Formats: sequence, C-alpha cells, structure tokens
Amino acid sequence: MRVDKSEYLIMGAFLLLAGSAFFLPNWLVYLLALALAKALVVQGVVMLMRAGLVSFGQGLYFCIGGYAVGMGGVFLGISDALLLILMGLGCSVILAMVLGLLLTRYREIFFAMLTLAFSMILYGLLVRSHGLGSTDGFNVIRWSILGWTPARGQVGITILWMTLAFGLVIALFLNRYFRSGIGLACEAIRENEVRVEYMGVSRQRVLYINYVIACSIGAIGGSLSALVAGHVDPEMAYWAMSGEFVFIALLGGTGHVAAPFIAAVIFALVRTYAVEHVPNAWQMILGITLLLIILFLPKGIWSLFTRKRRTV
Amino acid sequence: MAEILKTEGLCRYFGAVTAAENISVSIAAGEVVGVIGANGAGKTTFINMVTGYLPPSAGNIWFNGETIRGLGPRKLTRQGLARSFQIPQLFLELTVMENLLIALNAAENPALSLIQPFRTSGRESQAERILEQMGLGRYRDENVTAMPQGARKLLDIAMAMIGKPRMLLLDEPTSGVSVDEKYPLMDTVMDVVQQQNLTVLFVEHDMEIVRRYVSRILAFAHGEIIGDGTPDEVMNDERVQEQITGRHQGAAAAGGA
Repeated sequence: MRVDKSEYLIMGAFLLLAGSAFFLPNWLVYLLALALAKALVVQGVVMLMRAGLVSFGQGLYFCIGGYAVGMGGVFLGISDALLLILMGLGCSVILAMVLGLLLTRYREIFFAMLTLAFSMILYGLLVRSHGLGSTDGFNVIRWSILGWTPARGQVGITILWMTLAFGLVIALFLNRYFRSGIGLACEAIRENEVRVEYMGVSRQRVLYINYVIACSIGAIGGSLSALVAGHVDPEMAYWAMSGEFVFIALLGGTGHVAAPFIAAVIFALVRTYAVEHVPNAWQMILGITLLLIILFLPKGIWSLFTRKRRTV
Repeated sequence: MAEILKTEGLCRYFGAVTAAENISVSIAAGEVVGVIGANGAGKTTFINMVTGYLPPSAGNIWFNGETIRGLGPRKLTRQGLARSFQIPQLFLELTVMENLLIALNAAENPALSLIQPFRTSGRESQAERILEQMGLGRYRDENVTAMPQGARKLLDIAMAMIGKPRMLLLDEPTSGVSVDEKYPLMDTVMDVVQQQNLTVLFVEHDMEIVRRYVSRILAFAHGEIIGDGTPDEVMNDERVQEQITGRHQGAAAAGGA
C-alpha cells in the first residue's frame, strides 16, 4: 500500500504536535488533548454527513466511551487506559450495531431527531442514577498504560501523546476510508440513493457499516476525553454536547480528514478566550463565529486550503 | 430465440386507480422492443414493476427462466437486469469520471472495500473507454450539473450498462433532449447495444424513433397492452391509432408502408 502526500502531511503534523508538547504550558497541553479527543467524535459526525445524515446524538457514544472508562475503573478496578478505552469501544460497537439497524432506515430530520432522542434517553437515565453521581457524575480513577503509571507532572503530556496516537491511526484509516469503495458509496448515497440501489449496492448495508464505524470512533473520543478530564458526567450525552460536535463539523467542513482536528482546536481556543474575556457572552462569540463561517466559508475552514490550492 | 423476460397477469393498483392490468408479455433474448402509449398508460409502471422499483399487486415476472417477483432493484441488477430513468439518476455534485468510477467499483465488487481506493489506473482507463464509446470524453472532469440533458441521458444509460447486464430497460431515453441530439443519442446507444448483444425494451413517445430502432412494439393504453407486433402491424392497428398515435399518423404510416 502506497503512502500518499496527505498521509505524510498528517503524520508530520501529529509528530510536530507530539514534539511541541514539551514546550507548551500545561493548560494548553490539556486543551489540545481534549480538543483532539473531541475531534474524533466530530470525525464520526463528518462520516455521517458525507452520507447525507446529520446526527444530533453523537453525544450518546461520547458518553458511553467516557462512562465505560469511569465505571471500568471505579466498579471493576481496571486501571489500564488501553483496556478501559477498549471497553468503551466494545460497549459502543454493540449499541451502534443494535441502534444502527433502526436508525439507518431514516433520513434527514427523522434521523437527526432519533439520534438526539437516544442520547437524551441515556442522559435521563444517568441523571437519575444516584450510584453514578447523578448530575454531578464521578471522577475517573488514576490510570496507567501497560503497567506504567505516569507521575502527576507527566499525566498531561502522556494523555496528549495517547490522544495523538489514536488520532493518527484513525486519521490514516479515515483518509483511506473516504477514498475507498464504501467511502465513495456514502457520498453516492447522499447524492442519489435510487441509483446506488440500481448499481447493485445495498445502501442499507453501506449506511449501517458507516454508522457503526462513526459511533466507534466517537466512543474512543469519549474515552480519551474522560481520561483527559478525569471526570465524567451526564452532560456528555446532553443535546448541547452533540450540538457542539455538529458545530465543529460545520466549522471544519467535510473536505478532508484533517478538517475536524483543525476545527476542534480552533473551537477550543475561541471558547477559552471568549470565556476568559467575555464571560457573560461567550456563547454569543461562538454563535457569531458559526454565522461568519456559514456566510463566508459554507464548506468550512478546510475550503480555505482548497481555494488557495486552486488559485496557485 | 430463448425467452429472457416473461410477465403473466401483471397488475398494479394505486387505491382505486388501475395503473397496470393483466400484462402478459414474453420477450426473446436479443430483441429490441419499443413501448408506446399516452401519458398514464402504464408504460413506466410496467418498467418499474419489472425492475423491482414497484411490487406488482398481482401476477408474476420471470427473468432468464426464474421468477423475480418481490426482488428489489439491487438483486435484479446483480442478475443482469438494468435500467435507465426518464429523469437521469446521477450523482450531481460529483464529476462524470467519479460517477463512472463509482459504478465500475460497484460492478466489480458490490460488497465494497473499507480501505482499498476506488480510483485505480485500471478502472480509470476503463471509464475513459466508456466515455469515448458514449461520446462523453469532453465532460470527463465536469460536474454532472454542467452537462446538457442529452449528455446526462447518455451517462445515465452508460452507468446502467456498466454491470454488463443481459437486458436493458430504457425509460424515455430521448425525453427532454433536443431534436438535433435525439438521433445521435439513440445511434450511440444502439451501437453499444449491438456490440454487447443486449436485449432492450425502451419507452418512447417519438414514433419516428420507435420505427427506426425497434423490431417489435408493445402499445399500452389504460394500463393494458392493446397492441403487440411489428411496427407496421401495431401502427396500423385501429385501437392504437385511436388511443395513441392518432389517425393521421397511422394513415401516414400506412401510406409510407
């Protein structure tokens, strides 16, 4: 398999970020790790968007990934981060395989509302679960990787590297996936489902596989977020969180696998500075940002790169 | 010649409306059959039932000797029954090349790979050959939205042919196409049909086109077949003249024959 230019660039960017972690302040390391973890959930949203579906319920898998990490540590005594992530992934794959059977039969607003409904069901269950801390959630236990427990001062850089490692593998996979037979079939379904069926391809099967993969990647993002934040709460499944993922997806656009990562970091920085400088109106700043993006860059921030390439 | 498609007592009702009533027809391999009829006569309903788009209310359909009633478009396409549409069903926001590559990829591997690139040099040259054959070479990298209607129709038909079907059903291949483009379009399609030795059934309103390209006509009216035979036989049939072609055209045809 030949490595293409995009893949070299992705690898270069991730290595650069990994190296820069030595020189960044601790708060920025955590901000980057959390933004990149959330970017993985956004990748899932983008995968669905490429197939013409908008999910307002990716918070469901974000939350399951997070709670699997939290519960695996607290109730099962598992401290290995990789094992905890694997648990979140397993739970999400099973749930996505069940819900996907129903959800991939729906389109447009019906799909969006059903995904939102399922995530709100989980939110409602968690809010009423006193054993899981109700609305407050609970803390994630101190984790290790393959038997090695990072010291207090090393936690930030370790989790950033781990997020970058997962992010890199997923980015490289998605870069191929978007250009593969099934990736293109998703775009074809968005454009014309009738023709796809008359080409002998099962649109249901394509959408189902795409949905399960999108949710699995979302769950990994949720698990990593829980490890970064050291805390999980029901807000992870709340509709506003799913809305945030859609927001970031629109901000970045669906043009390239790198777009959600860039958009997630920009979103985190804008929000951090907006909260810092305009604490009572930071939502307004985010709203205006989205408005400007939709008006001037309807295909997201990534279109700036493609435009530049066309004019060169 | 061996029979490739057969329908028996095919009916389709939409509530109280009868769209197709007791359609029994047999088509031999290699035949080129024209389907004529006024709007609402049941032509497209017939094609939709045969290609799995609409389930029949009653009756049965056989393709290659096997019953295909109840099978959907996907399975029928894989069995070698392809169709084009009155309104071309294309991927509008993608380029002509991408449209063909998706179709080629699906034809080669309907299960679809998760990571193998759909764009390969072999597939691209295959797509280029198809573009050349259909006279669409100049639109290679254009978005479908930038193409004229005639070119879209050709692309729609080319995509239907990619899976190497045994039978092709064309729903009004020249509708919406300018008078100048109609004959070149049909010549191109029929050349490919002859090269691939396909059985073709096509719905058409233009009687000159029908006369020129088909060896047999099925005339539909009010959901029923009212004429089935050679172009001369059907065009001279009184019921067909009365309900479809009009008396003057029938008279002209009779005079010409």
